[in-house]
Amino acid sequence: MRVLYFAWVKEKAGIAAEEIDPPSGVTTIAELIDWLKARGPEFANAFARSEVIRAAIDRTHVRADAKIAGAREIAFFPPVSGG
Amino acid sequence: MIRVQCEDFDIGAEIAALKANRSDIGAIVSFVGAVRDQHGAVAEMTLEHYPGMTESELTRIEAEAHARWPLQASLIVHRTGTLQPGDNIVLVVTASEHRDAAFDAAKFLMDYLKTAAPLWKRESGPGGTRWVEAEAKDDSAASRLQKRAAK
Repeated sequence: MRVLYFAWVKEKAGIAAEEIDPPSGVTTIAELIDWLKARGPEFANAFARSEVIRAAIDRTHVRADAKIAGAREIAFFPPVSGG
Repeated sequence: MIRVQCEDFDIGAEIAALKANRSDIGAIVSFVGAVRDQHGAVAEMTLEHYPGMTESELTRIEAEAHARWPLQASLIVHRTGTLQPGDNIVLVVTASEHRDAAFDAAKFLMDYLKTAAPLWKRESGPGGTRWVEAEAKDDSAASRLQKRAAK
């Protein structure tokens, strides 16, 4: 699946987009965040305030307990601040 | 209709286009959000967004407003990229037979897009660069409106 990062999540992770293949035990957004955090200090830093990070699956807002099975594109970003 | 663009917009031209060739509209409300310099603290603002999702969220929000109020037309234009103080950021226009629906729907569209459209502001100035934090009152304003509309 493709993962996208935006705003300060992107800056801290040091990457805008990547293809990932998490193990089958990773089934929810919250579990995916934990898995991403364990990949390195930049990801641990980007997701340190995981309670404020928002996620979207295939361009629809989802909560942390959303299942990621079948997702093509998952995005992580801070609370939105447009308008 | 919704648009996401780097270019500025012309409010008069947008309203004229919305009204063109129709005589059923009785009330038009417009809102324009602009970049503030915050007493010299902000020299530049950059708006990042999630291409594809921004458009789909704005479309969803607009459809929600049409489901709740008797709107005859509406328009949301949101700019992205680098802007200077005084520049326009966002335009919302609503049209209906009577003013209440147009006022209420315009407020709903602004409150809702501030909590749902995937856009992020980064401000730069003499004190450095910072990402603008979403304000809790925006979230509560949107949920209050959604609750009220659900009644």
